[in-house]
Amino acid sequence: MSEELVKLTIEGVEVSVPRGTTVIEAAKEAGINIPHYCYHKGLPIAGVCRMCLVQIEGAPKLQISCATEVAEGQVVRVFGEEESKARSSVLEFLLINHPLDCPICDQSGECELQDFTFDERQGQSRYNDFPKRYDPAEQFGDDVMFVANRCILCTRCVRFMDHAAEEPVLNVSERGDRAFIGMHPDAELNHPWAGNVVDLCPVGSLISKDFLHKARVWELDHTDSICTGCSQGCNIHIDTREELVVRLRPRANEDVNKFFMCDEGRSNYRWLNSGDRIEAPLVAEGGSLVASGWDHALARVAQIVKGSTGDAVVLASGKSSNESLFFLRELFGEFDLKAHFRNFTVDGELPLSGVEGLALREERIPNGTGARQLGYDDSFNGVSNASIFLILGDDLEGITPEMLSGAKNFIYVGTTLPEAARNADVVLPATTVAEEDGTYVNRDNRVQRFSQARTAPGMGRPAWWAFAEVLKELGRGDAVDTAAEAFDAMASNVGAFNGMSYSTLGKNGQKLAESSAGVSK
Amino acid sequence: MGYPHKSDPKENVVLSEYFGDAGARTYDGWVERGGYKALKTALGMEPNAVTDIVKQSGLRGRGGAGFPTGLKWSFMPKEKTRAHYLCCNADESEPGTFKDREIMRWTPHALIEGCAIGQYAIGAEVCYIYIRGEFTEPIKVMQAALDAAYANGVLGDNAMGSGKKLDMYIHRGAGAYICGEETALMNSIEGRRGNPRIKPPFPAAAGLFGMPTTINNVETLAAVPHIINRGAEWYSGLSLASEKSSGTKLLSVCGNVRKPGNYEVTMGFPLKELIYDLCGGMPEGRTLKAVIPGGSSVPILTREEAEGCILDYEGCVAAGTMLGSGGVIVFDDSVDMVYQIMRLAKFYAHESCAQCTQCREGTAWTVRILERILAGKGTQDDIDLLLDLADQMTGKTICVLSDSCAVPVVSGITKFRDEFDAYISGAREPVLTHG
Repeated sequence: MSEELVKLTIEGVEVSVPRGTTVIEAAKEAGINIPHYCYHKGLPIAGVCRMCLVQIEGAPKLQISCATEVAEGQVVRVFGEEESKARSSVLEFLLINHPLDCPICDQSGECELQDFTFDERQGQSRYNDFPKRYDPAEQFGDDVMFVANRCILCTRCVRFMDHAAEEPVLNVSERGDRAFIGMHPDAELNHPWAGNVVDLCPVGSLISKDFLHKARVWELDHTDSICTGCSQGCNIHIDTREELVVRLRPRANEDVNKFFMCDEGRSNYRWLNSGDRIEAPLVAEGGSLVASGWDHALARVAQIVKGSTGDAVVLASGKSSNESLFFLRELFGEFDLKAHFRNFTVDGELPLSGVEGLALREERIPNGTGARQLGYDDSFNGVSNASIFLILGDDLEGITPEMLSGAKNFIYVGTTLPEAARNADVVLPATTVAEEDGTYVNRDNRVQRFSQARTAPGMGRPAWWAFAEVLKELGRGDAVDTAAEAFDAMASNVGAFNGMSYSTLGKNGQKLAESSAGVSK
Repeated sequence: MGYPHKSDPKENVVLSEYFGDAGARTYDGWVERGGYKALKTALGMEPNAVTDIVKQSGLRGRGGAGFPTGLKWSFMPKEKTRAHYLCCNADESEPGTFKDREIMRWTPHALIEGCAIGQYAIGAEVCYIYIRGEFTEPIKVMQAALDAAYANGVLGDNAMGSGKKLDMYIHRGAGAYICGEETALMNSIEGRRGNPRIKPPFPAAAGLFGMPTTINNVETLAAVPHIINRGAEWYSGLSLASEKSSGTKLLSVCGNVRKPGNYEVTMGFPLKELIYDLCGGMPEGRTLKAVIPGGSSVPILTREEAEGCILDYEGCVAAGTMLGSGGVIVFDDSVDMVYQIMRLAKFYAHESCAQCTQCREGTAWTVRILERILAGKGTQDDIDLLLDLADQMTGKTICVLSDSCAVPVVSGITKFRDEFDAYISGAREPVLTHG
């Protein structure tokens, strides 16, 4: 696609788009979403649903806007009588066998068949006296169910498996109105990226068993976030219902994950709903941890920092935000600091082979790159005789109490309280990625924002807030109230982030400067 | 025609000269009858010169669309940077059409020779002959002839000693009507589901295996050797009416005539003479009611229209129909047109590839409404509904299968409305019990 611009008029709106753009994409520039089913920007064009028919001046018949390229001076009509009737007619045809079981269908509320039926005002059917086709629901894979009755044969799922997953286990079987989505008899739909067919399905035909009947989608809140499953940093939506995370879905970002996310990442959300949380700051008194207010606990941390010198050791979770990691480092700026992050790696990537640069990566944490940029390494091997040891957000899985012993002071900042941390001097309740705003840096050095999707339980606060408060207490900084302030403070202090601003990162994130290696103040 | 009847003096026997003559099937027999002279001539010419002769002859596609063959060949890239392919469409599945079958059964070498000339003209080293799977006998005959052509050096790395490489393969279809659509046919050869492709790109730009491809019908290619042997002028002079339609046309006549079969006539031959003279007219005591002149996908003609119809591309259009594949289906006054139209619609509903919504759902819905009318449960609203569905099934899909289903419905309702009304009003006994 060259950058040469082509000017055309769509429903009276003049737009200029690069040569090679399709009319359906150009229409978006004019603010018009041309109804469509088979078309999906992340898949090869099929041109079969015939829903996106438009009138192109001079063409002898209606054209499908998904497969028609723009041309200079083209005049496109979308809402005229002929093309509107054609689309209404497609809907009437599609609804012949569609069961209208919306009240019990998971897709209801985010169903393109519902939406476009309303848009095109196709409320009546003349297919009254004939019975509808009935086929029982099938299991396509461990999580994907196929409800054949609802299928409109757009073939998005088939094309995803053929061209994105490159594991062609789905097909169109039979002909005519007997046709259905079939599966290879010896195969199952268990490709590590198979769950995307559920998102791609415009109707409730392919559904996730995990989400089945869990919520009506209009009860859900959708929050932009970043998957914590690996270093790819797939953009996601966290869908919550009354403060509970009920599903994760991919969010489009052409530069990172296109339109997809892997099943591993998709299913990795239950920990966000954990009920086993630290709900208040805890301070050690007389051999046991006693609940306290933030003021008391922060004063105790300040006291410890102020009263110590020499070595400090920090062990942070790979899920810690850049902001928390930055303020944690600032907190120990006057110490000889050994800063570590916990890494988890698995041998072998699980790529979505038909899409370039997209895989479930070996590094199974979201912010290894950010941690390294901020001077952390993943070689933690003990505390030795440090004057202060601080753990940030790590559940300490695989860490022995021996590795944690030896420090004079022990501060634990996290969401749950593991056994090994029960001898801490201070415990601060932190928030999860779903409960705070912040940023991660993915493997391609892309800084990406995530947003708060649910309220933190009890008195939990973002770790960067707590560290900034201690710095204030120590007279070494001002209060930091938002993630934006925290990020901007980091950007002005850390070379790799220089020139970046939280507000301009946008939804698609921004890459670190090429030459940024390591830390510079 | 030649087989099983003797040719009628009114016929112009060119392609069908050796129908019924088993000797013409063998390589030696074919050479004795003047075979492979045209190929030899063509291989001695510049490829463009061969295309020019075909252009001048006025030969048009015999598969149904009637596109000028030479022009189609000239769409192939002149600079050959990638493989070129020729596909011969021998997936003859149009209801009422059985002319290609006879060409392959009796004169397989004529087709091979035509393919080889076409291949040479468009720079295709490989030709695929895609034969309908049900044509078990023609496939055997064709394969034997192809083997003989290779054995005698007609094809291969040094075709007829010319130094040119010409390879040819027979690909057997698996029983889908839609594979006769040119892009579905290419998908089928590639081993994919036989779904028509979106055009553009057109086959000359990206066809078989994504390479520049030309696809021609059996009858079209079989006519090419005659044109090379006897000249473009001879062929373009074969015209009784419009000069835009030249050559001879094989017409497959079936239905209510005394002598059904294949008849070869000069372009512009009157349909009336074909039915009453060549085919012996209606059975005893019957009169003509309707004719579908070009295979089941073209509009039905009433008796009056049929008796005035001239059989060439322009004449059929003037009569409100199309020459199509030349499959002439004749109906006498005993025929129930509503039932016949239902049967045709049912064929298309069965054969829809299921890609496009209008076709997949519309063809099946059309059948159900027609069955309801035949069961005596129809209403006048059903007629409007059928016409409205037909309108939405026309010109809105990837290929024309959907349009083809709508054509007999619309022309049937328009021209034989009284028969529909009779079922709806109860004047006629229902013939179906369901619907």
